[in-house]
Amino acid sequence: MVTSIFPLQVRNACIKKSGTQIIGPIDLELLGEGCTVVIGPNGSGKTSLLRLMHGLEKTSQGIVKWNVPQAQAYASQCFVFQTPVIMRRSVRENIAYPLIIRGERKKIAMKEADKWIENVGLESSAENNAPVLSGGERQKLAVARALITNPKILFLDEPTTNLDGASTKEIERLVSQAQAAGTRIVMATHDFGQARRLGTDILFMYHGRIHETSKAGDFFPTPKTAEAKAFLAGEIVL
Amino acid sequence: MNDLTEGLVAAFKLVITMDSDLIEISLRSLQVTMSAVVIAAIVGLPFGAWLSVTRFRFRRIAIAILNAMMGLPPVVVGLIVYILLSRSGPFGVFNLLFTPTAMIIAQVIIVTPIIASLSHQGLRDLWFNYHDLLISLNTTKWQRMKALLWDGRRSLITALLTGFGRAIGEIGAIMIVGGNIDHLTRVLTTAIALEVGRGDFPLALGLGFILITLAIIINLAIHILSRTEREGRW
Repeated sequence: MVTSIFPLQVRNACIKKSGTQIIGPIDLELLGEGCTVVIGPNGSGKTSLLRLMHGLEKTSQGIVKWNVPQAQAYASQCFVFQTPVIMRRSVRENIAYPLIIRGERKKIAMKEADKWIENVGLESSAENNAPVLSGGERQKLAVARALITNPKILFLDEPTTNLDGASTKEIERLVSQAQAAGTRIVMATHDFGQARRLGTDILFMYHGRIHETSKAGDFFPTPKTAEAKAFLAGEIVL
Repeated sequence: MNDLTEGLVAAFKLVITMDSDLIEISLRSLQVTMSAVVIAAIVGLPFGAWLSVTRFRFRRIAIAILNAMMGLPPVVVGLIVYILLSRSGPFGVFNLLFTPTAMIIAQVIIVTPIIASLSHQGLRDLWFNYHDLLISLNTTKWQRMKALLWDGRRSLITALLTGFGRAIGEIGAIMIVGGNIDHLTRVLTTAIALEVGRGDFPLALGLGFILITLAIIINLAIHILSRTEREGRW
């Protein structure tokens, strides 16, 4: 019996940078299923919350604890950044990289990368230098590179901001596909439509705290807090 | 002006007649410099990458010292190596003074800080780009250094060529530790100094032109082989 990495427990966690509190205190429990969408005004701490859970940011107080030892937890998660980090290599080498660093044989890693290249529709540029890809293609590459390790949980930080409709649709298809395959999704977005389409749970961030937590089906028709109501109504929430 | 033309003619003559002394000292120049650059690269490139991915308390001071060491005066380096290798020095037993090996040691000391510092400067920016991804993928420090060294290889070539340029034209250190002994430690730069001392300016100039040509050929060859300055390539 393999132990699940879930639940993730976040207790009283804060991030401080040069004296200023960025987010927190955060209390959160993340179970092993579904797609949690983090929404909230710009600067409310969506990105920081994701980075906190993923372990990219150190907590100044509180704990972030997975159900398994840290090394195993880190190996089971992937992160897709708002601006994808593209390595100066070919598309195929970029996508195969996570497998290579896990000690997979090069031949097998490349074969696996080819499957993903096909899945995300980058066949025509597999051999090209990745840094010359367009914005949508870069993000597809980033998603493929994240999913190739078959993570238990995938974090996406506003993955479709600045992308055109077709690319957005493609990214959403990949996310849904991953979710159907049993990957836990945590995604930050400021696109309500996207939150409705993909989300099963909603975390509403406001002033660096989790202001409201709901099922997606409840949040959109009947937000509990005044700020969430105003935010959904399209007002500028300060 | 007359001296310059005479120098060109002398250079031409030496090359056309395949002067055996010329070939010998040119090859020794290349041998000493190449060995020094290879050793300095083996030490300097990983060190530059390590400095890029590691944060420690005295990092800024270490970088400042490294940058300052790029300007180490060769004469002083030569003198120190001379003292260390001389019969009465700590490494005297190895009998290395006035050998090409001693010249290589001195040049490694001069070139390593240059290669380490320049590669650090190039890789630092790349690390800034890669930071989040490589941390997120839970890579080891060695894997991070490897990724930087491989993906940043174009900027590393510049660092290596700068080191090469410094070493091949260097005279202060190798004159002291090599001694400019004919058929043993004489290289292009020390031969030029000798001919100037003797008053044979055309021959000195000729050797000078050959030295410059050699440096240009090596640079061009490396650039062509590594296909830099081509569109869409890193």
